[in-house]
Amino acid sequence: MKCQQCDKPAVFHITELEAAEVRELHLCEDHARVYLNQSEAAGGPPEPKPKGGGLTAPLGVGQTADELAALDQKACDMCGITFFEFRNQGRLGCPHDYVHFEKELEPLIANIHGATQHTGRRPSRPTAPGEPLPEGTESLTAVIGMRTGMQEAIECEDYERAKELRDRIRDTEQHWLERPTE
Amino acid sequence: MTSTPPHMDPSAQMNLDTLTTTVGEWLRGTGPESDIVMSSRVRLARNLAQYPFVSRASEQDRAEIEKFLRERIALVPAGKELHSIDVGHLEEVDRQFLVERQLISRELAEAQGARSVAIDGREQVSLMINEEDHLRIQCMHSGLDLQGVWNQIRVVDDQIEQAVPYAFHPRWGYLTACPTNVGTGIRVSVMLHLPALVITRQIDKVFRSLHKISLAVRGLYGEGSQAMGDFYQISNQTTLGKTEEELLEQVGDVVPVLIDYERRAREFLVRETQQNVHDQVSRAYGILRTAQTITAEETMQLLSRVRMGVLLGLIGGVDISAINVLLVRTQPAHLQKLRGLELDTKDRNIERARYLRQHFDGNGPKAAAN
Repeated sequence: MKCQQCDKPAVFHITELEAAEVRELHLCEDHARVYLNQSEAAGGPPEPKPKGGGLTAPLGVGQTADELAALDQKACDMCGITFFEFRNQGRLGCPHDYVHFEKELEPLIANIHGATQHTGRRPSRPTAPGEPLPEGTESLTAVIGMRTGMQEAIECEDYERAKELRDRIRDTEQHWLERPTE
Repeated sequence: MTSTPPHMDPSAQMNLDTLTTTVGEWLRGTGPESDIVMSSRVRLARNLAQYPFVSRASEQDRAEIEKFLRERIALVPAGKELHSIDVGHLEEVDRQFLVERQLISRELAEAQGARSVAIDGREQVSLMINEEDHLRIQCMHSGLDLQGVWNQIRVVDDQIEQAVPYAFHPRWGYLTACPTNVGTGIRVSVMLHLPALVITRQIDKVFRSLHKISLAVRGLYGEGSQAMGDFYQISNQTTLGKTEEELLEQVGDVVPVLIDYERRAREFLVRETQQNVHDQVSRAYGILRTAQTITAEETMQLLSRVRMGVLLGLIGGVDISAINVLLVRTQPAHLQKLRGLELDTKDRNIERARYLRQHFDGNGPKAAAN
């Protein structure tokens, strides 16, 4: 993770508690020293300067506890994982999370890789007309949601619904497998 | 000790017991710069578009993912040369055996539920199913041969991609369970033997320099493992924003520099402290030939010193590839498989010393069957 004030690595992670608000700060050694000295002199923490591109905002930096709690409850509409679960486990729930949590993941990925755009190889299967995604991606992604729904239907003993979803999953997968290839 | 997986025709099942008599690819001791570079490896992380990632998948999902990938991969040309092993039904010692040979990760060995690995006869290619990602493709060559590894793994990846729908996004690339692997999903790593840099206490300085250029340093058995016997893996840390070729270059460019540092450190040791080095190497050799009980860690450390001694010409009549073989055959699961018995730590240490004495019979270790 980079310092919020410069491009050096953040080595100080400070959580400020002000009344009912929680604020997180991630700073390099130099800026942490400046920050802590200012805090002591002024009797309170200074406002961190916003960093380029507003990348810190989606990370929860400077957000209130309520805003962070709401972010944590945001759940993927395919696999059902919440952002809180991802933050705890460090693993995403399904490929669609990269779309569903794109805003939240962007600063994290930028910090890890120093980039936010893939430039390497791509699958050779053709893209759908007018779509940048490889053919079949949307319907296959929907299958993940159907699997979640099928599990819920079984738990509710709604076997008719479960059977219907199972057939739709099978048809979608079969459609992909039987697609014309070069 | 090998169980027959339920999904395999027993005749097609790779018999793990026979692997104990052969040498894995990274132990061959051949290939460019193999006096310092043990192996070159590339792995690709891939996931299916229609399933949740492994950590979120139900038991049934995992079983379906395993079956789907195994059956589809078996249809492609590269897949026809592979033998599938049902890791979920292996005994612990067999799982550990595959870890020691670097054919599966510790994570796959310790995971729960349906999971498997498919391996080729030369142990160059291994495909792990249901590790952290649905599919981890790994290719490994002896010595420094990153381009050769890349050329091989690229073909395997292309063929599999024709048979299964990989999860891919134009912005984020190949989608992985952990964002640290997203993009290319590639991990390029080179395993190096750097004893002289350790002895001359330059190794920390070298590693600090590597971290500055975004390269990771790991031990012999990957993430979280301690560096044993002066063996280190150097790999790329980032996977997004650079092409696979650029990432290969990032690791490949630094290896000749490390080889040069290690060679210079070895020359320095011979020039300035030959008696001390000769003494260290001879003592290591002496312990390996006479010990009555010895741990895996001590064995690794001493074999490392002997390996360097052989390369410096301080010990004669010893084959480097035989030392490489001993490095893996003295690991806990290999010892037990070779002995055909389950052994506790105390008995393993006795058996390890016996095995070493038998191989260092006064003329240096015998070359292993290949």
